[in-house]
Amino acid sequence: MIDWTTLDTWLALTAAIAAMSCALPGTLLLLRRQSLMGDALSHATLPGIVLAFLAVHELHGLGWISRDMLDAFRPLMLFVGATLTGVACGVLSELLKRWGRIEPTAALGVVYTSLFALGLLLIRAVADQAHIDTGCVLYGNLETVVTDTVNSWGMPRAAVTNGVVLLVNGALLVLCFKELQLCTFDADLAQALGFPAGWIHLGLLAATGATIVAAFESVGSILVIAMLIVPPATAVLLSDRLAGVLVWSIVVAALSAFLGHATALVVPQYLQWLFHLPQPGEVSTSGMMAVASGALFLLAWTVSPRHGWLRQIVNRVQLQVRILAEDILGVMYRLDELNATPAGGVGIAKLSATLSARRWRIRLAIAYLTRKAWIERRDAGFALTDHGRDRGRELVRSHRLWEAYLAKHFALPDRSLHAAAEQAEHFLNAPERRQLAAELEQPHHDPHGREIPAEPQ
Amino acid sequence: MNWLDYNTRVVLAGTVLLGVSSGVVGTYMLLRKRALVGDVASHAALPGIGLAYLIMEQSHPGTGKWLPGLLLGAALSASAGLLVSHGLRQIRRIKEDAALGITLSLFFGVGVALLTLIQALPTGQSAGLNDFIFGKAASMVASDVVGLAITACVVIVVCAVVHKELALICFDAEYAAAGGWSVGGVDLLLTALVIVVTVLGMQSVGLLLVVALLVLPPTSARFWTDRLGTMVWTSALLGGVASAAGVLLSAGVPKLAAGATIVLMGTAGFAVSVLFGRRRGLYWHWRAESETRQRVGLDDLLRAVYEVIEPKLSSAAADLTAGSVSLPELVSSRRWSTFRVRGLLQLAQSRGLMRRDAQDRFHLTATGRREAQRAVRNHRLWELYLIHYAAVAPTHVDRSADAIEHVLQPEIVDELEELLRDSSRTPAMPQSPHSAREAGGM
Repeated sequence: MIDWTTLDTWLALTAAIAAMSCALPGTLLLLRRQSLMGDALSHATLPGIVLAFLAVHELHGLGWISRDMLDAFRPLMLFVGATLTGVACGVLSELLKRWGRIEPTAALGVVYTSLFALGLLLIRAVADQAHIDTGCVLYGNLETVVTDTVNSWGMPRAAVTNGVVLLVNGALLVLCFKELQLCTFDADLAQALGFPAGWIHLGLLAATGATIVAAFESVGSILVIAMLIVPPATAVLLSDRLAGVLVWSIVVAALSAFLGHATALVVPQYLQWLFHLPQPGEVSTSGMMAVASGALFLLAWTVSPRHGWLRQIVNRVQLQVRILAEDILGVMYRLDELNATPAGGVGIAKLSATLSARRWRIRLAIAYLTRKAWIERRDAGFALTDHGRDRGRELVRSHRLWEAYLAKHFALPDRSLHAAAEQAEHFLNAPERRQLAAELEQPHHDPHGREIPAEPQ
Repeated sequence: MNWLDYNTRVVLAGTVLLGVSSGVVGTYMLLRKRALVGDVASHAALPGIGLAYLIMEQSHPGTGKWLPGLLLGAALSASAGLLVSHGLRQIRRIKEDAALGITLSLFFGVGVALLTLIQALPTGQSAGLNDFIFGKAASMVASDVVGLAITACVVIVVCAVVHKELALICFDAEYAAAGGWSVGGVDLLLTALVIVVTVLGMQSVGLLLVVALLVLPPTSARFWTDRLGTMVWTSALLGGVASAAGVLLSAGVPKLAAGATIVLMGTAGFAVSVLFGRRRGLYWHWRAESETRQRVGLDDLLRAVYEVIEPKLSSAAADLTAGSVSLPELVSSRRWSTFRVRGLLQLAQSRGLMRRDAQDRFHLTATGRREAQRAVRNHRLWELYLIHYAAVAPTHVDRSADAIEHVLQPEIVDELEELLRDSSRTPAMPQSPHSAREAGGM
């Protein structure tokens, strides 16, 4: 189905390295709630790139650099130019925010759109001289970039550049991990402790700018935003620790690259079938990389053990079952208290009627209770075991203590007392009951006159 | 001007209307703190354009580039994008900026993928579709402009009609909700307006820059006024002017992309507004600050002169204008630099408060003496107040008084005098509670 060649491997690998190098600064930006700064930076580096191209071209024309030096010089100039404009973007928007008292997103918007417009203007105006292709700068051109190889294995130059950036980012991260961690989560504390939070922020901007320019050749400056934001957002759903988030974001970034390329090979045929196109054509890998990262994000959101919506549904159902089970225990204990328990046990129908719950829910709850050995089967229904009776007693004690407490401190009608206690009883535990009893001076009766059972031993 | 041919006039009309309508809508978005939502809308519109093209080509080959169809696709896709970003914000781990960024990049990625596909098709001369990204102001035709004009007018009229509700939502959404206004409904309307303006604006400046039209004019207008109505008008004006200037400039100069030029004209307008805007412009701020600094410096100088001269006088009734000070005396009485003292002396002379005699000594003029007495009385009244009522030690009083005395208004001085007269502790010119030398001065 997929025709995967060595070139494809190199393509996917280059894209993966580019994506991984973006994921690291992107994660830090996301955690500082400055993801749109990544968006702004990738727009703002454009004039820097174009100016660097122009400068290199002029210097070459003036004879200051030879043809051979050109290939080595150009990437360096690009880095410098893009990093400078990237930092300028951050600094300018900070100044505007402070002096102009403009809202932060608006300040950022003003700065980066102006810089981007400048870049576009320069591209159009000097594209012929400086050999820049607008489309290439903006969307990247992986397919051609990988043909520019550096050694006999066919390793693309772009992979080497991005690899270097990845290593540098990784090294900086490892060396400054504690400082970055502090400045990201509590900049004020960092400032108070004497860490140069402002310089670290600028350093992060500079690193992001450099990463963007290294990656723009592969995936284009616009799609760098996808790699800066989506894998880190996916990682944040999968882990609660900074190190875990960083690792996951690298993994997801690499996966998106490979998946993206694979789908880019497969999708055209489907689209051809779907839209009755005369021929399959091609879709850009960078576009499909963004789509793949989005798909991985959706997947993470679904199955994440902590934050996924599936998990949340399961949690909610479990909570509902537990609450209903405890309500059943309460009902049965109260029947016992009044010596009104039928001989053959309490039936499901009676429980369903008393608690106004559907029978299937009651059955689920009964299963839960049976598993916990809090009830046992009798001839015509169920009855409490000893453990179950203890638990029931705890619940009823919580309920009545809470009613007493509310009645003492608030002037509430009976119905409200009962309703509030219905909720609170499921969440009060032994220490809290002790506190309540102490505060109420060991009460024996609740506001309705019923006896408050003692704590089970 | 020979470049105002028919074509240019058409383009001018279209872009100016766009600039005006986006300035109006952008104002409300800025106040609602959602300045960059336009960016998300415009990037999210791209896949809609691609899909619309493919669908139209499939059903009726050759009609792929029917503009209304493409614009409809763009609008639907932008709406979908904004819905998705709203939905993403409901995930607790994903904050607003991340939600916007994810939507923007994903939709744009899909759009780029579709566009490259279309580009590879024999029929898909997507040069036409690419223009949505970079803007094709220069190739607008009269029929496009008519549609633009009508839609822009509708946008402006709607904003005018709903202005009061929009203003309320922008400034106090909770009050509006409590008062029964439908905040969600008005928000929806505003979002719809943004989408309309974005989709229209894509044709003139391109979708990458349309956010600039929504952000630059309102932010510039903010520096000219504090009233919402005026801000809306100003923003519309700035948007229109920027569009017009951009179009004319790019028509006159070759190889100047129209969309980028319009935005850069907007930036120029922004720079001018930041510096010279009447309400919050930096120039006015700095000028006021420098005026204050001068006034404070003069007061301090006069007080220093008074305090140098006072001990030399034979009696309290002696004329202050008779005494004189030299430069070194002033410099040593305060911890000022010679440069500063010299500058302040120049200023005082130019204002007629002091004069210089042949021996390089400085005298107070009559006006200067009056001002000096005022300054010193303020200072000493405040010192007394701090000592007797705020329990500040006499050695610490000078600095606090220095800071506060310059903002004492006459009414407060009168009150202070009342206070201290009742405790019968003040003569007409209160004695200094300490010698200037031992307190160290400034």
